[in-house]
This record gives sequence, structure tokens and C-alpha cells, in this order.
Amino acid sequence: MTAAPDHKPTFAQISLIEQLDKALPILLVPILVVLGFLAIGAPSSWLTLTVSGLAMGMMIFIMASGLTLVFGLMDVINFGHGAFVSVGAFVGISVLIALGEWTGTASLLLNISAVFLAVVAAMAVTGVMGWGFERVIVKPVYGAHLKQILVTVGGLIVVEQLIHVVWGPDEIFISRPETLKGAITFAGAAVEKYRLLAVGVGLVLFLAMRMVLRRTKIGLIVRAGVENGPMVEALGYRLRMVFIGVFVAGSALAGLGGVMWGLYQEVITAGMGEKMMVLVFIVAIIGGLGSVEGAFIGALLVGLMQNYVAFLEPKLALVSNIALMTAILMWRPQGMLPVVKAK
Amino acid sequence: MSDPILSLNAVHTDIAQYHILQGVDLAVPRGQVTMLLGRNGVGKTTTLKTIMGQWTAKSGEILFDGQDITRMPVSARARAGIGFVPEDMGIFHDLTVEENMMLGCASGPLDPNRKAWLLGAFPALGTFWHSEAGNLSGGQKQMLSIARAMAEDRELYLIDEPTKGLAPAIVSTMAQALRELKAQGASILLVEQNFSVAKALGDTAAVMDDGRVIWSGAMAELAENNDLQERLMGLSMEAH
Repeated sequence: MTAAPDHKPTFAQISLIEQLDKALPILLVPILVVLGFLAIGAPSSWLTLTVSGLAMGMMIFIMASGLTLVFGLMDVINFGHGAFVSVGAFVGISVLIALGEWTGTASLLLNISAVFLAVVAAMAVTGVMGWGFERVIVKPVYGAHLKQILVTVGGLIVVEQLIHVVWGPDEIFISRPETLKGAITFAGAAVEKYRLLAVGVGLVLFLAMRMVLRRTKIGLIVRAGVENGPMVEALGYRLRMVFIGVFVAGSALAGLGGVMWGLYQEVITAGMGEKMMVLVFIVAIIGGLGSVEGAFIGALLVGLMQNYVAFLEPKLALVSNIALMTAILMWRPQGMLPVVKAK
Repeated sequence: MSDPILSLNAVHTDIAQYHILQGVDLAVPRGQVTMLLGRNGVGKTTTLKTIMGQWTAKSGEILFDGQDITRMPVSARARAGIGFVPEDMGIFHDLTVEENMMLGCASGPLDPNRKAWLLGAFPALGTFWHSEAGNLSGGQKQMLSIARAMAEDRELYLIDEPTKGLAPAIVSTMAQALRELKAQGASILLVEQNFSVAKALGDTAAVMDDGRVIWSGAMAELAENNDLQERLMGLSMEAH
């Protein structure tokens, strides 16, 4: 074949400011951590609050990652996502209560095994529930945002009432497994063991999701589908099947988030998922709808901001994340790492 | 005509309240380049999208290689052997050139020989192989769109205005690539406004007006007959 004329293209020199602008969303987390240190002053308090904020952020990320992918991939606004958080928490905590002997002993192996089984059960139930939710509630309203909001909110209410039917109307208090109770002291700061576990789980999950999205063909299809679904189908991929898979995975992750949040708060209620949805939506919006990396950064910012402000000025804690969202959207209206959508 | 690779029989397509295709009858001969011509807004792009399944035919029949694909999902049509290059190119801007090419191979990895052939034809794609496709120029995006469709063997290619807005040298390369594709046995249905390209590439032609095919025959016959061109399309090729 005759080659196209080679005009020897060269790469543009990107200035430091331009490079910083691209990387700034990623730099926001360390910048906030440094600002927190300067504002708090006491290193021990700062370390405790930072670990707490990161743990909270990781758990919000676990819940938000599925939501943002579902929106990006199929343009579906799922207000019922919180139902999976609540159900996951109730299923997981029920398993932990049933395994009371394992959680009540000071054996790390038995404690972790009990938590692992609780997480597996929660993810299995919420994954299956997500499949049913997509088939029955979401599928009939593709392309109709207003109807999506109405029916998914309706689905959330129904699920909350079903939780009342199965587990009763009262909140359930739970204590963490023995070896996850208490704190370790580091540099004069008390850091809760469970929060360290939450940071570890969140980090591993983020890296695993990133690897799947960046290094595998299925991840490539998902990323392409977020940008231009009809073209992905025209290349021969059954995007509907991919979407169902993402919806199920996102629901299962919300279930995992529910178990972890329940153990974090040491109390669960049918409405806990609904309450979390405010933070989950803030994270998905400021991250850039459809962007997993954006949701990760957004979740860490939300977690850190909430903890720092609650310590410095408790009365402002409730509005701190709304202020954060407003500031980020004024700076980047499409979110920090927006996904380019095909017109 | 014997055994066309693609046939449309009385195909009607509505888009919202508009009745765009009003009984399209079209046959694409196997192993040939068929030009789909006509003025703007007569239904050429809708015809390609209806064949691909992106718009659903309200009535009529679409046969591909003897199989009725009228109600088949888009992805199944692609897997059956239809490649599609849309007018807007359908490039994934957030993905690299390499990742775009990988997506062109639904059945497995990109064959190294095929890759070498495509990069020989479009060297710019090799230069920007690891760059985000969103950073490419318009011409490079068009090359990528066509190269991605060619990344796997397909029996039929639907290509919508591949030369639109491109420099003449790039148009020449595109035309050569399509010729080589045809030489490999592929059939091509090409929407093209550039008459010199149409004349150079086309074996057969179909002219549309008001949502119907109003004339079909040999491209050479149309190219040589200015009266016919003016009657069918409102102006002659010489005007271009």
C-alpha cells in the first residue's frame, strides 16, 4: 500500500504549568493533607484524623465506584444504589453475628475469616440483587432520566421496607471482631486498627480495578463503552452483557462497602445506604461521572475534608463537602477527571 | 447481478417523527466497491446506519450473505462480518491509538502482519501509537477509524465519507487502501461526496433521492453521462 506522506510529526513541548494543570486533581489529596497539618498543628491529632479520613474515603470509594461506572457506561442514574449498601451491611453483619464464636475470640485468623465470609455473603447477595434490579427496574427505563430517578428511588424504598420485614425496624448494634478493636499507637497518635484495614482494602480494590480497566480487554471495552457505547457495539461487542456485568459488580462492591461501613460505625439501619448516597453522589460528581480514578480522588478528598473540618470547626462539618463540591465544579464543571463522551 | 453480498428490499426507517428511508432497494455485489451517491439529506448515512442496525428498519428486509439481519443486534452484525466507519469516525478519544486498534479486533489480538500492513499505509498511526487518540488531527483520526475497521478481516465494509475535509495526498492514500482492501476480496459500500474519488474507486453506483434509490448501475456509465448525473443529482461530476 502506498504510504501517506510522512510529515514527520513532532510532539509539543508541554509547559510545567500545563503539566501541573493535568496532574492537579491527583495533587489535591497531598495538598489537602499538608493544609490539614498546617491548620491542626498537633502532629498526633493530624495523623489520627488523616488515617480516619483516608479510611472513610476508601469506604465511600468502594460504594461510589460502581455507581460512576454504571452512569458512565449506560447513562443510568441509579438512586437505588444505596439499597445495595444497606442490604450488604445487613447480610454481612448477620453472618458476623452467626459467627459470634469466631469474632469473639482473640484469634486474628478466625476474626479475618469471619469478616471474609461476611463480605463474600454480602457481595454474593447484593450481586444477585443487582442483577434482578437491572432486569426488573432499570432495563425498562433506559434513556429516560426522569423515570430512572423515580423508579430507582421507588426501588430503594421497597428494599428498605423489605429490610424492616426481614430484620425488624430497629437499628442493630455490632461490635468489631476482637483483634480489630482498639488502636495502635504510632508517633504519639492513636490509629484505630479497623481504619488501617479499611485503608488497605480500599487501596487494594482501587489498584485491582485500575489494573482490570487499564490492562485487560474487558476493561478496555468498559472504558470505550463509557465514551461511545454505540461504536463499541458496531465493533462487535455485546455492550449489554458488559453493562449487566458492571452493574452486578458495582452492586456487589456497594454491598462490600455496606459491610465495611457497618463495622466502621458499629451500627446498621435500613436507611444507612440512603444516607450514604449524598456523599456517594458528591464523590461521583466531583470525580467526573464515569471516571473510577476521579471517584477515588474525590472520595479521599471528601473523607479528609469531613474529618479535618469536624475537628477544626464542628459546625461546618455538614456543609464542608457541599462547599468542596461547589469549589471543584466552579474550577472544573465536568468534574476533576471527566470522561470524554461522544456527541 | 448474481449473489450480492448485501441486499436491501423495500427498507423503511423512521427517525423520531421523520420518515427518512422510504423503501430503499439496493444490492451490493460481492467483491466490488459500490458508491452510494446523492445530495445531502437524501438518506445515505441513514441507509448505512440501518444496515449496521444503529437505526432499526421499520419494515423491509436486509439480507447479508443470504442471512436476514433486519432484526439482528448491532454487535451480531459486526461479528457476522460487517465493518463500519461512521461519518463522525467513532474514535475513542480517551484511549490510545493502540487501544483503539485493539478494539477493532473483536475475535482476538491484532495480527502482526496486519498491523505492519496498516502502519505501512498510515505511518502517523505508528508515530502516535501510544498517544491518546483525542490528540490526533482530523486526518489522522480518519486514518485511525479506517485502519481500526480494517484491523480484522471483514466481508463487507460500510464507510461513510472517509475523505471529507482531508488533504488530497491523504485522500489518495485512503483510496489506495480501499483498493487493496477490495483486492483482498472485501466488498465495500461507500458514501462519498468527492466525485473524482467515487469515479476512481467505484465499480457500481446507487444514487439516492428522497429516501429511495432512484438509479443503480455501473459507475462508469454514470461517470460518462453528464445528463444522467444532472438529472439524478442536480449537477454533473464535472462541476466538482
